[in-house]
Amino acid sequence: MSETAAFIVIGLGLAFDVFGCVGLFRLPDVYTRLQASTKCVTLGTCLILFGVFLYSGFSGMGGKAIICLVFVLITLPTGAHALARGAYKYGIGMRKPYLLDKYGEAQDEEMRKQ
Amino acid sequence: MTESSLVYFGLGVLVVCAYLCLYRMGKGPTAPDRAVALDMLGVIFVGFCGLLAILTGRDFYVYLAIAWALLAFIGTLALAKFLEGRGFDE
Repeated sequence: MSETAAFIVIGLGLAFDVFGCVGLFRLPDVYTRLQASTKCVTLGTCLILFGVFLYSGFSGMGGKAIICLVFVLITLPTGAHALARGAYKYGIGMRKPYLLDKYGEAQDEEMRKQ
Repeated sequence: MTESSLVYFGLGVLVVCAYLCLYRMGKGPTAPDRAVALDMLGVIFVGFCGLLAILTGRDFYVYLAIAWALLAFIGTLALAKFLEGRGFDE
């Protein structure tokens, strides 16, 4: 029973991984690629590790899989945030018809004050 | 033996994902594209290690997954700082 649940959860995680990588493959811009792939691949990998936990139960392997899940869940969005900020500072503009650029406006404001 | 065939299917799916990331890493027009693809490749390898732990029943693959997640995080932060154009001592 718990093995069936584990394989269902792992299948969901694999589907999320595939969608994230297709987003990384198809989308036109650094920021859209970053948001699609980071969100989908974070959830997909966390679901795979949760499936490992469900498969092996409260053994040593399951506990370590939960530790790895929490670690991935914390560090991956942090790294994506740092990468987005680094890409903006590097000088990659957004793709042309965009609506909102609060970070650039705030930086212009700061430059004007100095 | 259906369980191991399911796990092999999952490993194949993750290899296809890794090929998509490698395409973006080779083709990607700018440097941040390549950095994003490297980050995603590391996290996909963490999932790969989880599936290998199920397949073989040994738990050092989960240790490998934890260590790889740590190293990918540190590498991503270093690449982001490098792209930002500042020193590492901030």
